[in-house]
Amino acid sequence: MKITEVDRTDNSEAHPLAGARAVVTGGTSGLGLALVRALRSAGAEVAFVARTPARVAEVARETGATGIVADVANKRDVHRIALEVGASVGRDGALDLLVNNASSLGPVPLRPLGDTDCEDLEAALAANLLGPFRLTKTLLGPLAAGGRSGRPSVVLNVSSDAARGAYPGWGAYGASKAGLAHLSAIWDAELAAEGVRVLSIDPGDMDTPLHERALPGSDRASLPRPGEAARALLAAVATVRGQVRS
Amino acid sequence: MRPRTGTLVAAGTPAQRPAGARLLTLDRQGTITVLPRRDWTGLVWKGDLVVANDAATLPASLRATHRPSGRAVEIRLAARRTLRPDDLVFDAVLLGEGDHRTRTEDRAAPPAMAAGDALAIPGTRLSASVIEVLDHPRFVRLAFDGSPPEFWSALGRAGRPVQYAHVPEPLALWDVWTVIAGPPVAFEPPSAGFLLDWASVAAIRSRGADFATLTHAAGLSSTGDPVLDARLPLPEPYRIPERTAALVRETRARGGRIIAIGTTVVRALEHAAAHGLLEDRSPLGASGTFASTADQRLGSGTQRAVVDVLVSGTHAPGTSHHELLRAFVPDPLLDRVDRALAGARFRTHEFGDSVWIESRLPSPWNARPRGPR
Ligand SMILES: NC(=O)c1ccc[n+]([C@@H]2O[C@H](COP(=O)([O-])OP(=O)(O)OC[C@H]3O[C@@H](n4cnc5c(N)ncnc54)[C@H](OP(=O)(O)O)[C@@H]3O)[C@@H](O)[C@H]2O)c1
Repeated sequence: MKITEVDRTDNSEAHPLAGARAVVTGGTSGLGLALVRALRSAGAEVAFVARTPARVAEVARETGATGIVADVANKRDVHRIALEVGASVGRDGALDLLVNNASSLGPVPLRPLGDTDCEDLEAALAANLLGPFRLTKTLLGPLAAGGRSGRPSVVLNVSSDAARGAYPGWGAYGASKAGLAHLSAIWDAELAAEGVRVLSIDPGDMDTPLHERALPGSDRASLPRPGEAARALLAAVATVRGQVRS
Repeated sequence: MRPRTGTLVAAGTPAQRPAGARLLTLDRQGTITVLPRRDWTGLVWKGDLVVANDAATLPASLRATHRPSGRAVEIRLAARRTLRPDDLVFDAVLLGEGDHRTRTEDRAAPPAMAAGDALAIPGTRLSASVIEVLDHPRFVRLAFDGSPPEFWSALGRAGRPVQYAHVPEPLALWDVWTVIAGPPVAFEPPSAGFLLDWASVAAIRSRGADFATLTHAAGLSSTGDPVLDARLPLPEPYRIPERTAALVRETRARGGRIIAIGTTVVRALEHAAAHGLLEDRSPLGASGTFASTADQRLGSGTQRAVVDVLVSGTHAPGTSHHELLRAFVPDPLLDRVDRALAGARFRTHEFGDSVWIESRLPSPWNARPRGPR
């Protein structure tokens, strides 16, 4: 699918995210790629982040979104991401949506916590908890500016059932996702007054490279496609944005 | 003139909100008070509007190789004619060998430049060419090659924020971005905004006041060259969102005060007011958000029309920022302020202490009748 120009000829009912300014991390595979595509089809302006330069260039070409090559787990990359966001979708000073989707499984094959190296736990926390924290904090000015202009802006942190269920072998990943869910809840309470909503949503199982790495040999045909989850997540975002601020 | 007692000292630690930061306030009666700066939102009244500059600071310092001579130069991006990210034409100050530990004044001269010369940025595929040498041999207009995304990605990797000789640690972007930073258009940090944190934004709201932003491309504050410095501030593009312009109008109409966080906010709002841009143009069908370029100098004799209170860093007499204070305070009173700052050993520069200057507007911009408070 190649999207060169957003179709604006259908003026019957504009998509609720048409014209929204969005940032998606992990936008070159699985759920993140499905989100970038769905947002572009809805008429949103999108910047996305991933680490592999060739894939970033490919997805940028395919979707017309702005590709940013960076590692969300790396403290040194975060302001560079914000710089490139500010020079693209954030150029007017406001953002409507940030999706913290990029994620690390922790050590694979999955293993018990007793066999998890401290460094591997640190790396999972860096990608899944500190990364979303840093990027959200760095983009909070534009997110609050978006929130002040009428509709709430949204930070969507992609969670997992492993944030709640105590699944043996999923310690590094599960602990980091549990931390992210609680961070989201507290931030949502703190930022409501700024017009910024912070959501944490589990997309459910999806047929993606991450799923294959975690549970090799699963029956792929029985797994939902990431595009279905992307549509459900964006519907949740649109619902929150439709709520008029008090 | 050096004050007899006390002296200003340069703040050398890059902490945006150091615990001991102080605030000198001057009220409309001319009373001077010194407070802990963290209490600043207590000075905001119900009905006021606090306006801050949301510009993010560019990594405006780039090491480059001057292709014709093979010599190293430092490019300091200093100004641009627009805020648009696809505008890759910058005015820049060039410095010769050396780094930020050498005072800018003592840096070697760069090699002689001519139109058409290429400057390559090592470690990237980025290069720039000299479009013209402006009216000073260190001051050039540059055009960067490549697409805007390539430029911004390379700038993020190779650029550093402008460093200061009085701050020994190398500054990173997070040291110089305010908490509200968004569009990367400032050449030096809009550092008055360092006192803002999210708790203070919430406190402003809970006091019944409002908070709004504009975007102003704060320019280089010093080039180390007296001839160039005399031209500062350079023209600075700015943008005022519709919501901010509307809140300014509403605040003035009900008699609330406009509190500007930083001299860049004063420059933008006063420029907009002087050119009729803050008026309600919705009946004309014009969109409220607008961009323009502030090219005026504010100083004694300036007829302010919008800003009632200026919150600013501590600036030594003789600097362009200090000059702007003269638009708020008559000279004899400003001398008193300067003596009080020196006497209390206030810390100057980006990471220093602050001042809160209240002043009656000499000419009301909005002649509409004011409602009850
Ligand atoms: N798949 C499932 O069944 C499932 C179930 C529940 C929750 N989830 C959650 O859904 C989200 C998406 O997962 P997925 O299955 O779509 O994963 P995926 O197919 O592996 O895609 C991950 C994406 O993130 C990028 N990425 C990974 N680490 C990064 C880093 N440190 N910095 C920047 N980009 C990075 C990857 O590109 P590079 O490698 O090139 O950087 C890629 O674009 C994750 O948060 C995951 O926890 C998935």
